[in-house]
Formats: sequence, structure tokens, C-alpha cells
Amino acid sequence: MANLTPRINWPRLAVLGATLTTALVSGVLVTAQAQQAPPLPNFDQVTVRAFKIQGNVWMLAGAGGNVTVQAGDDGVLVVDTQFAQMADKLLAEIARISGGKPIRYVLNTHVHPDHVGGNERFRRAGRAIIAGNVAQDIADSGAEIIAHENVQTRMSRVDGTTPAAPSGALPTDTFFGESTEVYVNGEAVRLIHQPAAHTDGDVLVHFRGSDVVATGDIYTNTGYPVIDTARGGTINGIIAGLNRILDLTVPKDKQEGGTMVIPGHGRIADEADVVEYRDMVTIIRDRVQQMMKKGMTLAQIKAAGPTSDYDGRYGATTGFWTTDQFVEAVYRTLGGK
Amino acid sequence: MQPSRLRLAGLLLAAGVFLLAPGAASTAVAQVTLVGYWNPIFDEDFIERIPGPNVGDYAGLPITAAARKRANTWDASLLTLPEHQCKPHPSTYGFRGVGVLRIWDERDPQTQQLIRIKTHIQWQAQERDIWMDGRPHPSELEPHTWQGFSTGHFEGDVLVVRTTHLKAGWVRRNGVPLSDAATMTERFFRHDDLLTQVTIIEDPAYLSEPLVKTNGFSTALNGTMEPYPCRPAVEVPREAGEVPHHGIDDALPTKEFADRHKIPEEAAAGGASTALPEFMGKLPSLPMLEPIGDPNEGFGPPPAPPAGRGRGAGPGAAGTGPAAGGARGRGRQ
Repeated sequence: MANLTPRINWPRLAVLGATLTTALVSGVLVTAQAQQAPPLPNFDQVTVRAFKIQGNVWMLAGAGGNVTVQAGDDGVLVVDTQFAQMADKLLAEIARISGGKPIRYVLNTHVHPDHVGGNERFRRAGRAIIAGNVAQDIADSGAEIIAHENVQTRMSRVDGTTPAAPSGALPTDTFFGESTEVYVNGEAVRLIHQPAAHTDGDVLVHFRGSDVVATGDIYTNTGYPVIDTARGGTINGIIAGLNRILDLTVPKDKQEGGTMVIPGHGRIADEADVVEYRDMVTIIRDRVQQMMKKGMTLAQIKAAGPTSDYDGRYGATTGFWTTDQFVEAVYRTLGGK
Repeated sequence: MQPSRLRLAGLLLAAGVFLLAPGAASTAVAQVTLVGYWNPIFDEDFIERIPGPNVGDYAGLPITAAARKRANTWDASLLTLPEHQCKPHPSTYGFRGVGVLRIWDERDPQTQQLIRIKTHIQWQAQERDIWMDGRPHPSELEPHTWQGFSTGHFEGDVLVVRTTHLKAGWVRRNGVPLSDAATMTERFFRHDDLLTQVTIIEDPAYLSEPLVKTNGFSTALNGTMEPYPCRPAVEVPREAGEVPHHGIDDALPTKEFADRHKIPEEAAAGGASTALPEFMGKLPSLPMLEPIGDPNEGFGPPPAPPAGRGRGAGPGAAGTGPAAGGARGRGRQ
């Protein structure tokens, strides 16, 4: 049996990581600004809400990123695991949805602790489908965790900002290149890597039979996109990712329904919602780029208000990801000094 | 006791028993019905609704500066993108558009309790449910739709409807936006063959005060409804991911509109004050723009846009799509 004993107190670390991740996103990114760590939720008071999307797929909302669950006769596939403190509640809801089927796969959309914090607990609760002369040992070690290789690299790295994750939380199976796939519960599930978007390890998860896309934080509808420049995120990668989502989605009729979209954070969406968001992000990128071509400084660009017509819906003046930080991330990743 | 009094007492008793019967209240009490086919009446805001609004005309709308900026940078060419072509009007606008309106209701087959009122407007097949069975509005995490989630109840003969879960839309077909945080309250009044709908729209992102509009309909005794299929197509070759829009600096549509129609820019720019009758008295004292176009040009046909600029009402704003109640197309109506 694999040694899953944490070298450090990972659950506590995950909470810290939740604070740190967002702080890191902004802290590394915008060093000149005073950083404000997001307040941690009181996990005892958080309840998990389950939403049936369509086909085999559900969305679970609690604290942290949305969790996608695909359940069927083969078992359960989970996309992202929120915070470690949410694991028991999430697992209880997954057991209810699936009728107690074991978790076979955990897929990670990216490295942030509000999406991978429960990895270790989920893995232990699951059981992989394995054959061979060491099958029992491997199966007993839990579910498979699949992610882009950059997720594993970053979770393993001690870089002075994020502690390394314990082995039990790490992806057990990584990929490089454009995509990888699994076939489970009667449908193909594709993991599509989107380079340099929210981070450098993002994947979109496309459930081809259920017709659902789980986007991770490439698409959220709660605010401006978070661009973790310290981990390879860029504005153009975000826009490319949003357009990739639109390549995958097909509305049922009158630009509504059809392929459903589970965002990294926020409400259930469809293509039209992603179009609205893609348009907004693209227009702001174009404006900042135009201002840069005119030789405007970052301060001048911020003062010109390239986002002001969208701030009422997506902006923030306080918290871990402010409008200023977003504009700065756009500016920096377009080559601004 | 006289026999006639006995009969009267019996009738009253029977009526009392009937009204006390479970489930009888909502089916027995006479209530106006909205069921039928209705033709829109375009007398109100005709120019805005049929020829289509001018680009840059936001007069009478209680919009925020953010809404004005978005509208000023909006490019009608956006509607040529395949992913924009088949969008229907959201319910916050659809009753202002063209096309026959059909209203019908669905009742429980056993109890005849009213479950929902359904509406269908021909253009882009806008179909809507107004739930009348007391169900709550869904979680904030549930999907938003073009028509939103609506619940209703009768206050006397007036149908009152509350709508949430709307997709981001528009309040005027020249780029004035409405966010997906908007909500709407409606009141439907029927007077014989006329139906009046009052909409009260609130949007924390783009409206500084509620936007109140009314729409009229008349009964269509020979009502018909055609289907409205829509399949997008590439109309303009573009680089992948290109989103048409105007820059902040070259956003002059309000000035152009004000100049063309010889009205103060402050009036053209809209805002809550421009929606009030008192604003008419203020008009003579407002400064006029220095002419930026042909000074002899008045309310005649608009000039061709400058070459290469591409601004114009476009298929959406100008309503160059199908005619009311007739053919199909992708133009905003």
C-alpha cells in the first residue's frame, strides 16, 4: 500500500493554501499593492448543494471552486475537490448521488488549493480500476488523480510561496500536449489543455455524452478572470480558452441550452453566457492593448477606466482580486513593463 | 317561510359549500383571462420599435454612465458573429418587439388549478413560462435564460409577474445593455379587446432607477403562429476570436445623434432625469453642440457612415430583418 502519510499537515495547509493561493495570485502578480487575503469561510456552516446538470453530470457547490460529478455504473468521476475541509461533506453528497459507488477518477482543472485541496481525502475514499500482479496494492491506494503535468510540477515544488503537497494529494497520472481522455460510465471524457490561461496547467473537461463542459477557472461568472501570472497565466490564454469553450459548445435552440457549462466559480451556464463573458474580456484586452500602443503607462491606463462599463457587474475594489489587479495583469501579460 | 325564500336559502347554501370546497377558490372566482392571440400595437415608441432606434439615442432611459459607455462602444457588427445571430429578445424586451403574441394556460387535469401561463412571441420563438402554482424562484446558481424564471399571481383582474434569472440582454436595440443581475416586475391589464403590459425593470449594473415601459396589444381573432427556425452562418470572414466594438476614444454616437436631430447632447445621452416630464421644460436652457455634421441636415435620412468606420445601426438596430409577423431572418426586431 502506498504511503499516504502526509509529511506536513496538508489539510491545514490546504486552508492556508486557500488563503495563499489567491494572495499569491495577486501577491506575486501585483507586488506594489497591499494584498488582502480572502476571508476563509466557516466550513462548519457551509452546506453542499447539488445541481443535476444533464446526462450523468452534477455540479456541487460549497466553498471553493465548483465540483463536477459524473456518476454511473462504473463508479464516480470527480472534477476538482474544493478545500480539504469540505471533503467529508462533498463525499457524503457524492455517495448520495451515486448510490454509494466508488470514486474512480479525480480530475484537476488546475493547481489552486480551492480546487485540489480535497485531493488526498478523495483519493483515499476512492478505488481505481486496476489489473495485474500488484493490482490490489494500487487499487487500495485509492482513486486515480489525473491532471496536466504542470499541475503536478507545481504541487511538488517548494518555491518559497507554496509548500509542496503530500504525495497522496498529487496527480497519479499526468499528461502533456493537447489532451488526454478517459471513457467511463458510457461516455468519453476529454481533458483539453489550454496553455497559459488562468495558470499554465489548465484543462477543460468535456463530457461528450452528457454534453457538459467543466471549465475550471478559465471561465467564471462571478468577476473578472483571475490571471495567475506567477503560474504562467495570461490574458490571451484566457481569451483563447474562452473561445475553445465556444468551439465545444452547441446551443440547443435560439442560443440557449444544449451544451451546458460548469464554471470554476459561479452559476451554471451555457454558450450564450460564455459569449457574453468572452466579449467582455476581449473588449477590455483590446482597449488596454490600444492604450499601450499609444504609449500610455499602466497608471494612465488604469485612470482611463478600460473596464468601467463592466465594473458594476464584474469589478471589485476590495478583496483578493480587484479590478486594478485585473487591469495590471492584462497589461503585464500583453508585454507592459 | 315563502317557497321563494327557501329556494334562495338553498342556493346560498349551495354556493357556500361550493366555495368552501378544497381547491375551489382559484377556479371558481371569476378572473380575467389573457388567453388568445394578440397583435402588438406600435403607437408607443414607434420609431424606436419599428424603424429601429438611432445609434447614440439613449433619451428617456434611466441608464448609468457605465451603460452609456457600453452603448457608445457597441458595434452593430457584433450581431454578425454566428454566436450572436440567433439570440432572441429577453423577456425584458420581447413584448416591445414584433410578432404575434400567443397566451395560453396549463391547468391540472384533475383539479383545474392554474399551474402556469405560457406566452409565445413569433420573432425568434420567444417562449416563456409564468408559474402560477406558488413555486419559489430557483437558487442563484441555476441557469439564466433569455426569458428568465417568472412567477405570477392575480391581484384582482391584474396579472402580476416577477422575473429573475435573466441572461444579459438589452433595453434598447442600439447597444444599451442590461445585465444578468436584472429583474423585472410586470402587470398585465385586460380591457375588453385590449391588453396592456407594464414592465418595471431594475438592474444594479446599468440602471440608476427602475425603467418603466408599457406595451399594448389587441386581440387577433384569426391568430396564427409560424415557426421561427434559426441556424447561424458565417457572414463576415474574421480572425478567430475577433469581437467587433468601437474604441473608447472614437465613441461619438451620442454627439452624432444630438447633432443630427438638433437636440442637446444631455438629452440624447439619457439618464433618469430625461425620463421625467419636467425635463421638457429644461430643454431650452441646455447647451447645443457645435455642429459636427451637415448643418442643413435635419430629420431626413441619415447620411452614409464614413468609409471604413463601420458604424451604423446594422441589422440589429435598424430592424432590417423580417417584417412584422412575416418572413424570417436574423435582424433584431
